[in-house]
Amino acid sequence: MISLTSPVKTRAHGWPAGGKLLALCVFSAALFAAQDLWLQVGAALGVLVLYALPGQVFFWHGMRRLWPLWPFVVVLVAWHVVTGVPLEGAMIALRMMSAVGLANLVTMTTSLADMMAVVNWLLRPFARLGVNLRAIELAAAMVIRFTPVLAQKGGALAQSWRARSAKRAGWRVIVPFMVMALDDADRVAEALRARGGFEVDKTR
Amino acid sequence: MRMERNVAQIALFTALIAALGLIPQLTLPFGVPITAQSLGVMLCGTVLGAKRGGYAALLFVGLVAIGLPLLAGGRGGLGLFTAPTAGFLIGFPIAAFVTGLVMERLRGLPVGWAAGIAAVLGGVVTLYIFGIAGLAIVLGRSVIEAALLVTAFILGDLIKAVLAGLITAALFRARPHSILSRS
Repeated sequence: MISLTSPVKTRAHGWPAGGKLLALCVFSAALFAAQDLWLQVGAALGVLVLYALPGQVFFWHGMRRLWPLWPFVVVLVAWHVVTGVPLEGAMIALRMMSAVGLANLVTMTTSLADMMAVVNWLLRPFARLGVNLRAIELAAAMVIRFTPVLAQKGGALAQSWRARSAKRAGWRVIVPFMVMALDDADRVAEALRARGGFEVDKTR
Repeated sequence: MRMERNVAQIALFTALIAALGLIPQLTLPFGVPITAQSLGVMLCGTVLGAKRGGYAALLFVGLVAIGLPLLAGGRGGLGLFTAPTAGFLIGFPIAAFVTGLVMERLRGLPVGWAAGIAAVLGGVVTLYIFGIAGLAIVLGRSVIEAALLVTAFILGDLIKAVLAGLITAALFRARPHSILSRS
């Protein structure tokens, strides 16, 4: 499965993921605290520069990710123009775009493996409280493996529905889809068990 | 065997939420504009129960956060958590948990009815509380203004809750032991 990391290698790809996440938290909090239009304009321009630095391909790739925000920008601007405070609307819209832009930047420059390492580090203290980290890692890996499998099976079910009906497959097709998923889960559980399962953890 | 079964079911249901957003051929009645993913969250609760359903939705949100494109339209990443719709995403695990909790409490009712009511309370009411709070924070508006923005979508989600009830009832007939919230 593809992840959302940018294929364009940037210098930020090499920076520690934990540091990038911490910086993101600090900057996001600062963005929401700054109630000043010019600060927000500056921040938005700064984010744009960050997107532009790695080159054109990276820039447009990033901009496409921000595109789904446009309905909110329209609503915000329209609302504030109607209520007579357009500048406040501009500030909130800019803040929203900068916040999403920054977070998206971290996702684009951090590999899945680095992110997983941070999550693992964050969860480690919970392991002492009885949280089974190995189970979480295994479940995450299984989701990555089974999402395309289930999507394919669901697509096949929808197609076989269409072969028999003039109408498109509706919600009814979800029932056999879920029966399949539940049966798959049973088989996966047996396979896990056959390979030792989670018993190893108990004997440790 | 219980641990293996729990992990496998949680993982498969997480994949199910993701897959429901990936199948383009699936359309809901009345041309509901949004995808079937929130239906997946409701089904996590009605089928797996509070704890496992909540874990499945939590795993889904966690994987989206670390950058897997599991949301409908191939979206994912941290940007979604500062976007105006962040509340809905963050609310997924709690919505699944509440759905499961209500489902477990309504043992006296037929499965379909219990699942429908649970899906309304968890997948609609709880989810919208989080969603509207998120909108209000990010857009800097009052809660009532934020609520007005999403009223158009509530009907679609109520329809999904009814479907969650019908699907869970059908699943109960097909695999009675699979409805863990009932066993």
